[in-house]
Amino acid sequence: MTIEDIIKPENLVYKKPDIMNDRPMHYCPGCSHGVVHKLIAEVLEEMDIVEDTIGITPVGCAVFAYNYLDIDWEEAAHGRAPAMAVAIKRLRPNKLVFTYQGDGDLAAIGTAETIHACNRGDSITIIFINNGIYGMTGGQMAPTTLEGMKTATCPYGRNTRLNGYPLKITNLLKELDGTCYVTRQSVHTAAAVRKAKKAIRKAFENNINQKGVSVVEIVSTCNSGWKLSPEKANEWMEENMFPAYPLGDLKDTTGDNQAK
Amino acid sequence: MAKIKGAIVVNKERCKGCRLCVVACPAKVIAMSKQVNSKGYNYAQMANEDACVGCASCGIVCPDGCISVYKVKVD
Repeated sequence: MTIEDIIKPENLVYKKPDIMNDRPMHYCPGCSHGVVHKLIAEVLEEMDIVEDTIGITPVGCAVFAYNYLDIDWEEAAHGRAPAMAVAIKRLRPNKLVFTYQGDGDLAAIGTAETIHACNRGDSITIIFINNGIYGMTGGQMAPTTLEGMKTATCPYGRNTRLNGYPLKITNLLKELDGTCYVTRQSVHTAAAVRKAKKAIRKAFENNINQKGVSVVEIVSTCNSGWKLSPEKANEWMEENMFPAYPLGDLKDTTGDNQAK
Repeated sequence: MAKIKGAIVVNKERCKGCRLCVVACPAKVIAMSKQVNSKGYNYAQMANEDACVGCASCGIVCPDGCISVYKVKVD
């Protein structure tokens, strides 16, 4: 059997989701953002809810997410995505409203909006990309930067006496009564991507079933900011990020424990 | 015994040569090309065609959605 016999439309088992358009993404080679964009697109297509989805893009590397997924998007000021999501959800309660934010957006300038949006408990979904660094602006220290991790603004490693401790904001959000589902996932292997997809699906289902705020943290790599190759960045993340940000469900009050 | 055969098609122009698919492939099918695409990246390609089982691990981890996976059962 030749390759031409295998490559036929009826044998197709995996392809880029249709709502992800052909525009080349501006992300660095190997960036986790692309995988998460793809997962969102796949889940929306599987749920057949593309026409009823409103996404909110952050400020950060993912600021141009509206260029790559063909759904309705709003652009929020830096850190204000959850506030905007709550407003949109209250005006259009039947829409699936989600924010897509990085750690500088969600855990630094947007801390107040994030915490109060989660406390108000409107059914929005927050996709939180945590790579421990400010990627877009050139790799400065973020609140989530690990202890001892070197960045452009802490070249000798993060000193907790000077810079404080890594902010585990997802653990804070777990404690709020407005959140119904808080999970931490990763996209570094095929198995992890499948798990993350289940988590995003569950979060989106909570959204349309009006159950409360769902937070999906994706522990990600920033190989440019970390100054590593994509494969080395994945190894570094497993060794260093996962002990500080352990994967798994932190909270699930929806009564449906299918997504593990 | 039924055997599974797979094949991948890489969108060469979209590929940024990050090598994550090479690492993810359990059957060591994928290698980077010697040629470069119009952006100057060495793109992923099938080097060991017979070993592919169409598991789609490469496609799933590809950040840019460059890889389409085909799978067929042969008797």
